[in-house]
Amino acid sequence: MIQSRPRFARITPLALAFGALVLLGACAQGPGAGGVHDPLEADNRAIFETNLAVDRAVSDVLPEGGGGGVVLGAVRNVSSNLSLPNAILNNLLQLRIDRAVENSFRLAVNTTIGLGGLFDPAGHIGLYGRDSDFGETLHVWGVGEGAYVVLPFLGPSTERDTFGLMVDLALLDPFAHVGPTERLVAGGFGLAGLVARRIEFSDILDANVMQSADPYAQARLLFLQTRRHHLGQDAAEEDFIDPYADF
Amino acid sequence: MTHMRISDLSRRRLLGVMMAAGAVAGAPGAALAFSEAQARSLIDSVMTEVQGIINSGRGEAQMLREFEALFVRRGDLPAISRSVLGPPARTASAAQLSSFTNAFQGYMARKYGRQFSRFIGARADVLGAREVQRYWEVITTMTLQGRAPFEVRWHVSDRGGSPQFFNLIVNGVNLLAAERQEVAGLLQRHGGNIERMIEDLRRAG
Repeated sequence: MIQSRPRFARITPLALAFGALVLLGACAQGPGAGGVHDPLEADNRAIFETNLAVDRAVSDVLPEGGGGGVVLGAVRNVSSNLSLPNAILNNLLQLRIDRAVENSFRLAVNTTIGLGGLFDPAGHIGLYGRDSDFGETLHVWGVGEGAYVVLPFLGPSTERDTFGLMVDLALLDPFAHVGPTERLVAGGFGLAGLVARRIEFSDILDANVMQSADPYAQARLLFLQTRRHHLGQDAAEEDFIDPYADF
Repeated sequence: MTHMRISDLSRRRLLGVMMAAGAVAGAPGAALAFSEAQARSLIDSVMTEVQGIINSGRGEAQMLREFEALFVRRGDLPAISRSVLGPPARTASAAQLSSFTNAFQGYMARKYGRQFSRFIGARADVLGAREVQRYWEVITTMTLQGRAPFEVRWHVSDRGGSPQFFNLIVNGVNLLAAERQEVAGLLQRHGGNIERMIEDLRRAG
């Protein structure tokens, strides 16, 4: 149980350092703001199709979404609460003390008054918190997003954010450093949170991606634009569309 | 945080106003012909009307018809359709363009109207507006009970005759860009045939 950790800890930094080298090389020639850089499109499309097949199989056994539901809400709250320590660590690495403080307050309120994160009293007093991850930290440190990639099961990402995810899972997330049982429980809630969000937004996903002429292209556009918006990288004014200037 | 954003906005607006003033001095008529207040009040009433429709409790088909009428009245559908069709709009006939506009407005009402139902009981706020190139960008937020507000930016112009919206940026997603890609995909599916693409669009959404 404990013996396996040192070996893991020895390998991980090496793998991460190697990953960082590859990543920084790849992201150096990243896309210009607003553009789509998808040199791996053929592979990405194949993974996207597999993800859709998995999604259809899973959706068949899931309840209808599009709204609330007490159980779904609780699952979402718990997984969101468990993700906060990792977000706070990343806020600190980004030197965003205000966000770290807000997320810490949220964690404290929801863990105590919210009964371990089952409820979201912090949200009800306007303390919504702000998701963060090591992909965002790398962005703050000046790393470009690199190529668009579709991850098996997890879906759309970028090279930078994929590397960020690996760092979050292996190093930063406090749950990576607890016993295997706690880790399994936290991982289980993380996965359940993903499923809960998938159910909650199923109508939006259906209307804007699944039913579109080219679901792959729409998913890519929606992911890149919302992700850049989250990072504060909104399109430059000159990239806005002025239909009156086109004609 | 919000406070910082607003002061940043007003700083940029001041810059915009100064630049517009300079443009007026250099080239008469270059400034926007309608005011920020007009743009804000347009979007304020669009959001009030949307809320009225989704909270009315009427049947879906009836609500979708009302959304379509609202889009046609408050949005510049001919400009939106031309932009969404892209380069083929230049070679399309007037009849094809108007048929496309007609199909697109129904598609838009079905696709987005259905998604509006999740905003029942949500609060909509107009935060401010700024001048972008030759139009107003009105910045609003939607807040669902207990959830973080998300941003919806409306682009408003009067170059279609009267102040009307022609684009929305929802949580960073540019709807004209998304629909351009969608229509291009539909056109490709039909080998570039506009008529067949329009028939497909009438069933989509």
